[in-house]
Amino acid sequence: MSEVRIEARALTRRYGKLVAVRDLDFRIEAGEVLGFLGPNGAGKSTTMKMLTGFLAPTSGTALINGHDIVTDSLAARRCMGYLPEGAPAYGEMTVRQFLQFIARARGFSSGEVVKAAGSAMERLNLEHVSGQTIETLSKGFKRRVGLAQAILHDPAVLILDEPTDGLDPNQKHEVRGLIREMSADKIIVISTHVLEEVHALCNRAMIIADGRLLVDDSPRGLLRRSKYHNAVTLVVDQPERAASVLSELPQARKVEIRDGELTVFPLAGAALFEEISDCIRQHRWEVHELRFEAGRLDEVFRQVTSGEGQ
Amino acid sequence: MKSSVKQISAGSAALNVARRELAGYFATPVAWVFIVIFLVMSGVFTFYIGSFYERGMADLAPFFQFHAWLYLFLVPALSMRLWAEERRSGSIELLLTLPLTTWQAILGKFLAAWLFIGIALALTFPTWLTVNYLGNPDNGVILTGYIGSWLMAGGFLAIGSCMSALTRNQVVAFILSVVVCFGFLLSGLPMVMSLFSAWAPQGLLDLVANFSFLTRFAAISKGVLDARDVVYFGLVILFWLMANTVILELRKAD
Repeated sequence: MSEVRIEARALTRRYGKLVAVRDLDFRIEAGEVLGFLGPNGAGKSTTMKMLTGFLAPTSGTALINGHDIVTDSLAARRCMGYLPEGAPAYGEMTVRQFLQFIARARGFSSGEVVKAAGSAMERLNLEHVSGQTIETLSKGFKRRVGLAQAILHDPAVLILDEPTDGLDPNQKHEVRGLIREMSADKIIVISTHVLEEVHALCNRAMIIADGRLLVDDSPRGLLRRSKYHNAVTLVVDQPERAASVLSELPQARKVEIRDGELTVFPLAGAALFEEISDCIRQHRWEVHELRFEAGRLDEVFRQVTSGEGQ
Repeated sequence: MKSSVKQISAGSAALNVARRELAGYFATPVAWVFIVIFLVMSGVFTFYIGSFYERGMADLAPFFQFHAWLYLFLVPALSMRLWAEERRSGSIELLLTLPLTTWQAILGKFLAAWLFIGIALALTFPTWLTVNYLGNPDNGVILTGYIGSWLMAGGFLAIGSCMSALTRNQVVAFILSVVVCFGFLLSGLPMVMSLFSAWAPQGLLDLVANFSFLTRFAAISKGVLDARDVVYFGLVILFWLMANTVILELRKAD
């Protein structure tokens, strides 16, 4: 099989006058788990709906494994699995009936349908609810059914629109585990506004707002954009006194006290941790807490999407 | 890695949708409520309002006579959920990102509903048994009556399916369908014709009259299965399902 790839070319979608997605260009390669971030209404769902063939782009196009989503939509859809937002399904059907319907629609021959639905249920631990109607299932199970239908045909590309939205922390953990298991040789695109998700799952992140691609980076790269990147935060008995000492450090750019926590920001590229440890030892401060900041995603997110900060 | 690129024929894609839909009817109270009401109402119309016994004639004219009016409300009640419900629940996004065309999905849903009405219609067989028990009816006429009735139901259903694609609100879909169906039903009656006769050219008058479900159905239920009437209903169904496709494509995003 040739290398899996998604390629968006000037992908644009308008709703009347509103431009929901504007000239999106990107390329995703096999093995990438892409986190699609953005505030609500940024165009995440619209982009996914276009990639999966639900909405036609107003202009531009995308290629899924070389199949154009505009001119060869069915072929493009065949190599994709899609979990729409909220994991919709036919509530009156049992899990088994539903997955068999999907299997038939995905072109499994009547002999393979039962097997395909069965193995999807097995992968998502749905066997014990297979005879239950979907509307009677809990949210977490419904989400699993949604994932099961998406992966049933072992697609090369998985598109998941807010797969963990509305789930409790245990369910989130579980769904993330499932996604991680599947990620080896596929392309997975996950839209989310939960930032921890990017950390937990993705090896690449794109932030869009107002339909525009603002950042395309690794999660680590995103953290590097944070003003907290490489900063050191400490809780100390007399923060004001400590602050005046620390602001004298040659590597320190700025010292900030907020809610009793003292944060020292380094000059670009400088490391602070050792210097601060030295200070603590030298001045014999009572330190209750000391932490090294990798960066704060929520702060990067706000900074990028609202133009706030730097 | 297993190749997931599989072809599925257009026919089997539509049939798969139809099969799911039909099973869906019977998994919910929709099917049973519809069938019971259809049978009760058609019984009431035939035996009380249609004076089945008093007429003293062994035919099913009083039975078929009221079908158009029965369908006017029952078919939109069935069709209102076809797309409005998909849209409300979001499953439309699932359905239309499967490897099938919008047309196949529409056709599949239509076929299921049409077949379902066919089942309800077939369940009126006790009426047919009754008339055969009481006298010697022309069963050929009765058969064409059934076929005509089913074709007419198809016409109503195609209109209803199209209207259902316009909105996510089932009540709105229902009302729109009833209104449009009512127009098609009445277009041959003098009441409507007089609206046009004052100003419209004869050609348009004929056209409007020709659009009436009632006129067409009356011809078929008299036992004359004219190819033109069958083609008429076929074209009506095709037209509304194609309109359905266009509307769905345009309004998917809403």
